[in-house]
Parts: sequence; structure tokens; C-alpha cells
Amino acid sequence: MAALQTMQGVPQAGDYIRILPEIVLSIFGMIVMLLDPVLDERRSQRTLGGIALLGAIAALAATLYQAQPRFWGFGFFDTVKLDAFSVFFHFVVIAVTILVILSSYEYMEVQQIRAGEYYGLVLFGTVGMALMSSAVELVLIFIALEISSISTYILAGFRRRSAISSESSVKYFLLGSFATAFFLYGVALMFGATGSTSIARISAALADYAGTGHGPMLAYLGVALMFVGLGFKVAAAPFHIWTPDVYEGAPSPVVGFMSTAPKAAVFAVLLRIIFEAHFSETVWLIWLAAALSMTIGNVAALVQDNIKRLLAYSSIAHAGYLLIAFASLPANGIPAAMFFTASYAAMNVGAFAVIGHFAGHGERYVMLEDYAGLGKRSPVLAAILTVFLLSLIGIPITGGFFAKFYVFSAALQGAHPLMGLVIIGVINSAVAAYYYLRVIVVMYMREPREDAPVAPISAGLGLALGLSLAATLFLGIYPNPVLKYAALSVGLLH
Amino acid sequence: MPDNDFVRSYLPLLIHFLLAGALAGALVLLSWLIGYRKPTRAKMSPYECGMTPIGDARARFSVKFYMVAMLFILFDVEAVFLYPWAIILKDLKRMGQGLFGLSEMFVYIGIVLVGYWYIWKKGALDWGLTISSPQAARITRVTRSGGSSQEPEPELVGVAGKGGL
Amino acid sequence: MVPLSYYLVLSGILFACGVTGFLIKRNIITIFMSIELMLNGVNLSFVAFAARWQQLSGQVFVFFVMVVAAAEAAVGLAIIIALFRTRETLNIDQVNLLKL
Repeated sequence: MAALQTMQGVPQAGDYIRILPEIVLSIFGMIVMLLDPVLDERRSQRTLGGIALLGAIAALAATLYQAQPRFWGFGFFDTVKLDAFSVFFHFVVIAVTILVILSSYEYMEVQQIRAGEYYGLVLFGTVGMALMSSAVELVLIFIALEISSISTYILAGFRRRSAISSESSVKYFLLGSFATAFFLYGVALMFGATGSTSIARISAALADYAGTGHGPMLAYLGVALMFVGLGFKVAAAPFHIWTPDVYEGAPSPVVGFMSTAPKAAVFAVLLRIIFEAHFSETVWLIWLAAALSMTIGNVAALVQDNIKRLLAYSSIAHAGYLLIAFASLPANGIPAAMFFTASYAAMNVGAFAVIGHFAGHGERYVMLEDYAGLGKRSPVLAAILTVFLLSLIGIPITGGFFAKFYVFSAALQGAHPLMGLVIIGVINSAVAAYYYLRVIVVMYMREPREDAPVAPISAGLGLALGLSLAATLFLGIYPNPVLKYAALSVGLLH
Repeated sequence: MPDNDFVRSYLPLLIHFLLAGALAGALVLLSWLIGYRKPTRAKMSPYECGMTPIGDARARFSVKFYMVAMLFILFDVEAVFLYPWAIILKDLKRMGQGLFGLSEMFVYIGIVLVGYWYIWKKGALDWGLTISSPQAARITRVTRSGGSSQEPEPELVGVAGKGGL
Repeated sequence: MVPLSYYLVLSGILFACGVTGFLIKRNIITIFMSIELMLNGVNLSFVAFAARWQQLSGQVFVFFVMVVAAAEAAVGLAIIIALFRTRETLNIDQVNLLKL
């Protein structure tokens, strides 16, 4: 048995520690599933949400435990790799999950959605995302990607009584599976070109090819198809068309979730594939995707009146900024990209938590004009949303500023600075400021046309908002520790 | 003509086919010979999985058919992992890891069983005769009315364009 | 012995059929079937490459693809039923509350 000979015996305790957060999340997800049918569904929401919250906090603790360098290394027959890189993304993904669970409490009550499996799905989705960031084997990456995607397909349709929610779910599902098929075809061709699905072995096989002089066309085709699949998942242009529709229809906390955590995880996969397998020849592809995403996202966002659509286009644009880091040299690009995902996660989850709170029953108040006069009616909520929007623009003392700053400066370093891309990026940031400021202007300068009610902020939501606000400001004032930790992983990937 | 060994390796398969055919034929023949027949209209009509076979092809049928099909696919395909495991278990045992291999499969089946428990308690398996939990009772009521009549059920069936806009 | 390229061409054709079906069909179930066709095209090339490299991992990958495809099918059918309940149609052109 060839397969058995290559195995180094059975998994040891260390192997299990390397996937500890995933194990914890799975167990808590299963507890939610076991309890959900037996509890009274009219009162089970809080219990199940509490269990999910507990599970996510336990997983965060497990991540911190994992972070000790003595546990780092390969596990489970070289399919997972625990290092600073995966710990960083584990932390981001699980922290986002905690914030989303906290802000979902109130949302589910207001929307009168009685479904305990919501929290189970959030936890299972997180398992997939966490696993994506530590997987170094394409089989595992594929499975993790699907765990996270399938959970988010369902979550997008959770406002079952709403026609647009199920429509967004169907669109997300169909286009998502379409993209998965492309990713998979890319993996198949890569396997055909190199005879392996392990990223390390693919990298070695490609290095051998480089010696022979003729380029492995199959591998290039494979990586291009994989990029199509993953580009869809992160909503990078030209694979972005699903984003505004899905974000508009899906429940707001879920949008906060799926615009940050799965994206962070898929970007982790992309970083591993591009930098670890040395696909620097694909830079022009990334260049093009980055320029397109920024431009399309920002220009389309200018004319949006629905705030969820507006932030959907803004998320496309942010995927574009982030891709700039991918086109840069690894030494600067990797930490910049990691910092960007973390700060984008903090501000976007917060922004969608505010939107979900303000939207009210049936998500009625999601148009820009509903926000008129919010500054007077609910100064706290308006101030918090303003900070997140300023961070999305990239104003100093918010995380968004350093995120963009590091990405742009990473692109300008090295022998071939990406001057063109940075110029496009800077112009885009200026354009983007217009539509974010428009929201702020509407909130503070305009009188309310119709009195959209503002409910008091509940404890869970308040905590979620406080935490994401704190994270946004922390990253904006004192970014060094995070950046330093991110820089640890440069040597690990390269 | 391929060599003889090649053909011979398929001999068990041929025997298998013959045996299976003989068994199936014998059963049909026996029931035809010694069975007790009392034809009625309903019994003589073509069989179609519990639905009325004759009528408008566009008639709606219960969503439960979809539900069962969905669940069948899931639990059917999950069994696929038993095959590679079954093959590798012997090697694991030789390596002295038999217990590990066995326990791994129990973990896997345990996870599948969690899903089974979930759908069972949620009432996805109830066809309407027995109801396994109060929650299942509610859901069964909803799906039944959703499948056979047009009355809108507030919990699961929404009106197009109304909710969420 | 059938050469590797035959399998690859067939798998490419299957995949292309799936893509075409996805783009031109209007019924959601048919679109969904097209995606399954794409996945099966991919499976074929995995198996062919596994034979080419004498690596079991390609075949194991197919197992996983099959299971994931089944999970996707189940979730997809459920989502489609949910859509049908609110919209009473499965034509993708009429599923247009959200502008694309």
C-alpha cells in the first residue's frame, strides 16, 4: 500500500493540538445541533446562542494556546501547518465569529427568526474558514472551502419569509458552486501537472520544471482556474457580480460575517498558493484583478442608495486594494495583506452590526434616506457608524488608514515598484471617500424624511460594537504589534 | 484475445451475476406459483412511489418527496468513506494501529449520527403517521399544509415581494 | 490502453457542456444539474491523472468531491424549495427582485 508507506504512523497529541480550535468549534456546533430539536424553539434562541458564544470563546482560547511556538509544525500527514500565519488568521476568523454571534442575538429576535441551527451553521462555517488558513494540501483546502461556503449559502437565506433573502441565497449558491467547479478543475490540472496535491510538493515539482526550461502549461492553466474560483469567493472583479445582490438580500449580521471571515480565509489560501508555490508569473493576472476590482467597486458604489449594496461594492473595492499586496514582493506584501484583512474585518463587522440594528423588523430601513437625521435621533449609533465609515475611507487613527498605507507602501518597494497600481489605488481611495462621506452627511446634515424608529442598543450588540470599535481604533493607533506578528510569517511562506 | 488469466479473474463476477439472476428469478417465480392473488383496481394500477399515478402531470406533490431524496443522497454518499477505510483497516491492524483505525470510524459514524438525530427530532423523517417530538409536530403540520393545499402558512411560506422589502 | 489525452478531452468537453448549460439554461434545477456535470468532468480528469501518476490521492480526491457534491445538492435543493415557496417560479429570469 503506497499510501500507508508514506504515512508516519497515527496522529499524535501534537496533531490534535494543531487543529484544536476546529475541534472545539465542531464539538460546540454539534452540541447546538443536538440540543436544537429538543428545546422549545420559541425560547431556545438565547440558550443556543449562548452555547455558540461559549464555543467561539473556547476556540479563541484554543487559538491562543496554539500560538505557543512549541506546537508549530505540520500535522495530520502534512495536510495542516500551524505557524504564525495560520494562528493569525484563526484569530481573525474566530474573533469575527464572536462579534457576529453577539450581534445576531438581538437581530434574530427583532426579525423573529426562530431557528437554532443558525448558530450551529455559524460555528461550522467558522470551522471551514479556520481550517482553510492552516491547510497546506489542496484536498483539505477544497473541503474547508466547501464547509465554509455551504454554511454561508444557507445563512444567506435565513430570512426565510423574505423573498429577496431566498433569492440571494439561490444566487449565492448557484454562482458559488459554479466557482467551486472552476477551482476544482484548477486543482485537477495542477495535480495532473505535478502529480501531487500538497502545496509544498507542487512547489518542488514546479521548481524541477523551471530547470528543464519549458514551462508547465498545465500548471499555469491550473493556477489560473484556481484563481477564478477563489477570486469569486473574495468578490474580486471580474468575478464580483453576485456580491451586491447577495449582500442586499442576506441578513445583515450574516453579511458582516461573510464579507470578512470567509474572505480572510480565502485570502490566506491565496497567499499560500501564490507565495508558497512561487507563482510570481501570475502577477499580471493579479494586477488586472486588483485594478478592476478597485475601479468597478468604487465607481458602482457612487450611485447606490441602498446602504447594504453600497457596502457590498465597497467590499469589492477593498478586495481590490488587498490584491495590490498580492502583486507585491512577499516580504512586504504578506504582512500588509494580513494586516489589511484584520482591520477590514474589524470595521466591516461593526458597520454591518449597526446596519442590522437600525434596519428593524423585516430589514425595512436600509436605504440611505432612512439614515437622515440619525445623528440627532441616536447620536451614539451614528458616531459609531461614522468611525467605521471613516476607517473604510482610510482616515488616520483608524485601522483602515494603516491597512491602506501598508498595502500601498508594500507595492512601492522592491526592484519593480507597482507605480501604476498604486496610482489607481490612490485615485480610487479619493473617489471612495465621496460615497462614505455621503452617508455621514446624510446622517448629520439632513432632517429625517420619515421617522425610522431607533431601538435601544441591547447588551450583546453593544458589546459587539464596543469590541469592533476598540479593534478598529487599536489598529489605527498602535498597529505595530499586529504588524510584527504578521511579519513573522514571511519566512514561513517564502 | 487477452490471456486466460485476465478472463479468469472475472470468473467470480460471472458467478455472482448468475447467482443473483437465479435468486431473483426464483423469488419471482415462486411468488407467481404459490402466491395468493386477489386483484383490485388500486393494486392493478402502475406503481409510482406512493403517488396517484394517473392524472395531470403538473399536479403538485408533497415537498416530503424532495426532503426524503435530499436526506437519502446525504446518508447514501456518506457511506462512500467506508470503502477506503475497509481496505486500509487490515494494513492498519498489521501495523498495530487497528484500534486507532476502528475508533476513527466510530468518530466518523458518531458525527453522522448527530446529523441523523437532528433530522429525526426535527421531524424530517415523519411521513405523518407518527410524530417524534413537539417541534416535529409543528413542522409536519406546516409541510403538510404547504404541500397539499394553497393556504399560506405564516411560518414557512412567504408572499412574494412582501417580506423584507 | 486508452491514451490519457482521450480522458482529458472528454473531461474538458463535459466541463464545457456544464459551463454552457449554466450560462444558457433558464431553469434553476437545470442550471444546478449543469454544475454537477462540471464537477463530474473534473472527477474524470482526477481519475485519469491518478492513473497517469500512479497516485491514489487523485482517486481519494474524487471521493471527497462526490461527497461534497452530494452535500451541495442537498443544500441546493433545500434553498431552491425555499425560493419556490416565496416566488412560485423556478425560472431564473423571474427571480429578479434584486437587480443584477
